[in-house]
Amino acid sequence: MRFMMLMIPQGYEAAAPETRPSAEAVQAMMKYNEELKKAGVLLALEGLHPPSTGVRVSFAGGKPTVTDGPFAEVKEVLGGFWMIDVRSREEAIEWASRCPASDNETIEIRQVFEMSDFPEDVQRAADGFIELQTSLK
Amino acid sequence: MTPAALEAVWRIEQPRLAARLGRMLRDVGLAEEIVQDAFVLAMERWPAEGVPRNPAAWLTQVAKRKAIDRLRRTTLIDGKHRELSADLAALERETPDYDTALDEDIDDDLLRLIFTACHPLLPVEQRTALALRLLGGLTVVEIARASFAPEATIAQRITRAKRSLREAGIPFETPRGEERHERLAAVLEVVYLIFNEGYVASSGPDWLRPALCAEALRLGRSLAALMPEEPEIHGLVALMEFHSSRFAARTDSAGNPILLPDQDRRRWDWSLIRRATDRLASVQGAAAGPYVLQAMIAAGHARPETDWIAIAAAYQALAVISPSPIVEINRAVAVGKAFGAQYGLALADSLSGEPKLSGSPLLPTVRGEFLEKLGRIDEARAEFRRAADLTGNDRERALLLRRAGG
Repeated sequence: MRFMMLMIPQGYEAAAPETRPSAEAVQAMMKYNEELKKAGVLLALEGLHPPSTGVRVSFAGGKPTVTDGPFAEVKEVLGGFWMIDVRSREEAIEWASRCPASDNETIEIRQVFEMSDFPEDVQRAADGFIELQTSLK
Repeated sequence: MTPAALEAVWRIEQPRLAARLGRMLRDVGLAEEIVQDAFVLAMERWPAEGVPRNPAAWLTQVAKRKAIDRLRRTTLIDGKHRELSADLAALERETPDYDTALDEDIDDDLLRLIFTACHPLLPVEQRTALALRLLGGLTVVEIARASFAPEATIAQRITRAKRSLREAGIPFETPRGEERHERLAAVLEVVYLIFNEGYVASSGPDWLRPALCAEALRLGRSLAALMPEEPEIHGLVALMEFHSSRFAARTDSAGNPILLPDQDRRRWDWSLIRRATDRLASVQGAAAGPYVLQAMIAAGHARPETDWIAIAAAYQALAVISPSPIVEINRAVAVGKAFGAQYGLALADSLSGEPKLSGSPLLPTVRGEFLEKLGRIDEARAEFRRAADLTGNDRERALLLRRAGG
């Protein structure tokens, strides 16, 4: 089963646009990423620029409104994610627990939907989505 | 802490523990037994005491103590520990700084473990059981359940494998040079066998056993990370990913199998296909081995419209490096689909004297289809009748007879 491990660094919501992780932090994280890879569980991973360089598109009133970052009202933001393929939820928790994260960081673990998680009518409704993925290939 | 959480820690640590012990003891069989002992102790202690802060160090220390006990006992009984090449005194003297020493050579140790557990000296079913046990971290009960074999059978395979390795004095080493090629083939054979065991379940209630496929995929991805320079490993992982992408489309709601041409391609897992395609692209240009070529064939199918020209080309290459009548007949089909029935038929005709195909319905079925396409209906019907006589499968016979015109 696939899980997303979502890295939520406290303070990142207010971080300056040029904020980058330190060489030591990256080095420790690379070692962890290698471990995930060598255990055969890592599918993908990415890190995200600070939200101060991001944009939000909200839909209040049924029309899109564009707001530039930083977003004063937002308390938690994403710093990056891993996608892993493991045998159980517990294994995902165990891998997350091994992350060399700092005091200010939290990892949220969320299972990724498989098509078989949906009832038949939802699967049928999603047919168009799968076609889209097909044509993007 | 729940049993499932303990098991998760165990699953992650187990192959690394077996690898470290293998190196310390220079004996995979003994390592397997001590890993088992350490597991029992962990399951006794951890629920009450909690998982140690560094489970790897805890397990290694426990295992080392147990190894020393074992060696002492053997020494007492035999007068000397002649069966074991490990040096008891050295093992007792060695007091590594676990926190730093543990991870240093773990990649090399894991590779040694993989190559030793999958040694071609062992029959493939023994290799498979040992690999699931030591590399997958599955218990004998779990392996038995996953492969629908009696527990006693699995236990016996593992025991025999360990004995053979010991008696043959197989060193705990990563093969180099010429030997490495052949040994890697033996490893990949095991991984693909585990996958196929799950994919084409030959016995048991389910036609698919996704758990075994997932184990094989994980093993393959792990190998690919440990030996990124080997194109065939990436080929095998891509091949398994292409196959896995069709899980949801392979059976109807009643559980009956749906064959590839009839599958609803919208139900394939296109994100998995994309990953497999990327992986395959990363090794293209290297001298393609059988797994890379099979992955290229699977890639030709894993598209909105089948790319028969690419498939025909890959079969042509496969026919060069591992020729067989089955490859040839598949090539005939691909050529016929890609360039026209008359070319496919010509290739199929050239196989008519092939003894390996003489008892099979395969060749007449393929000829029948090409003849039908070319409008040579009477000849086509005769071929379908011939195929119907040769098949052992009732459903297939009925289908062929219908095409033969009754």
